[in-house]
Amino acid sequence: MGGDEEQLTEQETALYDRQIRVWGADAQRRLSKSHFLVHGMKGIVAEFCKNIVLAGVGSVTLVDDRMVTEEALSANFLIPPEENAGRGKTLAELCCDSLKEFNPMVLVSVEKGDVSTFGGEFFEKFDAIILSSCSLVKKKLINQKCRKLSKRIAFYTVDCRDSTGEIFVDLQNYKYSKVTLLPVKVNCSQ
Amino acid sequence: MATDEQLSAIKNSKVLMVGAGGIGCELLKTLALSGFQDIHIIDMDTIEVSNLNRQFLFRQSHVGQSKAKVARDAVLRLRPYINITAYHANVKDSQFNVDFFKEFDVVMNGLDNLDARRHVNRLCLAAGVPLVESGTTGFLGQVAIHVKGKTECYECQPKPSPKTYPVCTITSTPSKFVHCIVWAKDLLFAKLFGDKNQDNDLNVRSSDVGTSLEDSQDVFERRKDEDIGQYGRRIYDHVFGYNIEVALSNEETWKNRNKPRPIYSKDVLPENSSQWNGNVRKDGDVSAMASLGLKNPQDVWSLAENSRVFLEALKLFFVNRPKDIGNLTFDKDDQLAVEFVTAAANIRASSFGITSNSLFEAKGVAGNIVHAVATTNAIVAGLIVIEAIKVLQKDSNNYRMTYCLEHPARKMLLLPAEPFEPNKSCYVCSETPLSLEVNTCRSKLRDFVEKIVKVKLGMNFPLIMHGSQILYEVGDDLDADMVAIYSANLEKVLCELPSPVTSGTMLSIEDLQQEFSCTINIKHREEFDEEKEPDGMVLSGWTQPSAEKNKNEPAGNGENTSNALPAEETENATGKKRKLSDVSKATTSDGSGLAESGNHNQLESLDEDDDDLIMSDNLESLTKKKRPL
Repeated sequence: MGGDEEQLTEQETALYDRQIRVWGADAQRRLSKSHFLVHGMKGIVAEFCKNIVLAGVGSVTLVDDRMVTEEALSANFLIPPEENAGRGKTLAELCCDSLKEFNPMVLVSVEKGDVSTFGGEFFEKFDAIILSSCSLVKKKLINQKCRKLSKRIAFYTVDCRDSTGEIFVDLQNYKYSKVTLLPVKVNCSQ
Repeated sequence: MATDEQLSAIKNSKVLMVGAGGIGCELLKTLALSGFQDIHIIDMDTIEVSNLNRQFLFRQSHVGQSKAKVARDAVLRLRPYINITAYHANVKDSQFNVDFFKEFDVVMNGLDNLDARRHVNRLCLAAGVPLVESGTTGFLGQVAIHVKGKTECYECQPKPSPKTYPVCTITSTPSKFVHCIVWAKDLLFAKLFGDKNQDNDLNVRSSDVGTSLEDSQDVFERRKDEDIGQYGRRIYDHVFGYNIEVALSNEETWKNRNKPRPIYSKDVLPENSSQWNGNVRKDGDVSAMASLGLKNPQDVWSLAENSRVFLEALKLFFVNRPKDIGNLTFDKDDQLAVEFVTAAANIRASSFGITSNSLFEAKGVAGNIVHAVATTNAIVAGLIVIEAIKVLQKDSNNYRMTYCLEHPARKMLLLPAEPFEPNKSCYVCSETPLSLEVNTCRSKLRDFVEKIVKVKLGMNFPLIMHGSQILYEVGDDLDADMVAIYSANLEKVLCELPSPVTSGTMLSIEDLQQEFSCTINIKHREEFDEEKEPDGMVLSGWTQPSAEKNKNEPAGNGENTSNALPAEETENATGKKRKLSDVSKATTSDGSGLAESGNHNQLESLDEDDDDLIMSDNLESLTKKKRPL
């Protein structure tokens, strides 16, 4: 009935009970093995990181070398405002500290540098990449690097301005199954 | 971002949130980040482990603490200079009266039960405060806005109440797994481990009334010095073997139904050994699964495994938790209770040819667990704040109900609709009288109070008057004489009350706390159908949702029933068209019922006119009616 190492732990079953009832234990297992790269820690990305960490993914790697600004604080609830301790830390580092608390079972870390200059071996570590706060040139560059890899990486960009938002998704080729509720009529001709 | 007017309205507002759970955590965060500075929050619950997958203001270390208070503390760390007042209390408490509600500019609900929602609805109506309602289940969500006089109130469209089953289906003729669960939980578990003085239908048979009722009481008692293994098998054989044989003897029942088969322990578990091997789990909880080496709650056990769990769980209750026997009610977080109920339900299911389920599934059914993820709550919280800001600005033309779907309908996951006008025959906000058919010479006042006034009308502290005579009331400061009179009245049949209630009588009923009153016209009727009208009383003028809507719904058990939401249809309207604007269209939105206890919204069809919220270049393609999906 499946090897034990493949089963969710008792801790995971208890914590994720309500969402396992939504997407099933198998999906939860696969989530727990997936690795995310997230670039640009704005408000919308903070929301995304919260959701993905709560969901119980394997790891989340954050990239944002900018220092804290007033603007960053206004919509990013991962950064507490009284940051004397936060002096000298980048946005990614501050968010990383907060996110770890949401779910100790998720590995949250920081990557520094301009990822658009990184090679394929870097991106290959991930199953999904989410880009924000990034020029179109860089987005395209990273997209191309990902597409050249044999491993299929899910590629997302997200941006939010005022009350308008945009998400771009590139899942390349993928298979999915769909439950059909209608009976299938079979015509028997000779 | 927001205009100066908006920012000012937000900054100076005082708002109330009811509920600090899935929606509440997201909502409190969003309100604080949006500039709200005076927020009050009510929640009576404490934090549990299963909350932590989405109620992100809470940590493992907070388990057991007040949700309202921990949420407040967490958000104050984000915005130290705003005011958040937390109440660890039940919103139905008397301190939250109409004067309390009047203090607020808007009330926002993040509740998980019908009862509390109705209560808040009435208080908001009485206080004249707008209410933003919401609900989520899995990927489905909904936000609605209720403004007295302008839109429907929460009760204008009656919401489905939690599903109940006829007694005989549970005791004699189950056809679904949920029937077996109810039997295992409310009958067998209650009989063995619950209050002995409670009535219990466990031995009720469709024919034979009154035969050896005393015998049946003895059967479930463990005899003095009876070996626990033997006791277990005796109970097993009685409920799964003997009782089934007795039921089979009534040919009539099985004419058009599949016959169940009796199951005896010796046939399933031939060996008489009991496994006793130190089965306490790491955290001190006693568990039959652990004892038997059954590790995976997602596995479906065989009949033999279910039988072992049944016997082992029963034994563990008696040996390890003797003090609990006679005091327990089923609690979904009691591992051993869940194991017992799962096993018992599965064995009964086997007997009746119904498919068994895993512990995980059974727990969901027995515990009415609502499945939930973080994202839907986050989306709904955002929508709530958007509506709340409109309310503060009295931007009534832009009030919207919004449905959050699992699968896109016309390429949209978020569907806005204009709110409906108030229902003129809503007995809550339009004061229409109701009618009650009842046998006035058989039904007692107590039946009327419990089943109609409290359950159907949702009143907590009713005052019932016939003309100028008070028949019944509840209160702290009542005269002892009056209390005695009211107690006596409860036991009288309606036509024998001091102020006799007969056909044609008009009763007026009030709940002072909710500041809600209504009138009921009484009509005498002799006979009632036992199965369809088990209460022996029928209330009308209070439109129940139609039978079709309930067909696809699970029994409030948290199963994912996204197939119950035909959101992609563009067919004929079934709902009433009572929109704020005068535009008449072929299709109308009919979102009855907020996501709740597993009962899903039935989104029958969609209004196509609400495209003014969509600011995309594809406006034309979105408004085409016959766009292929």
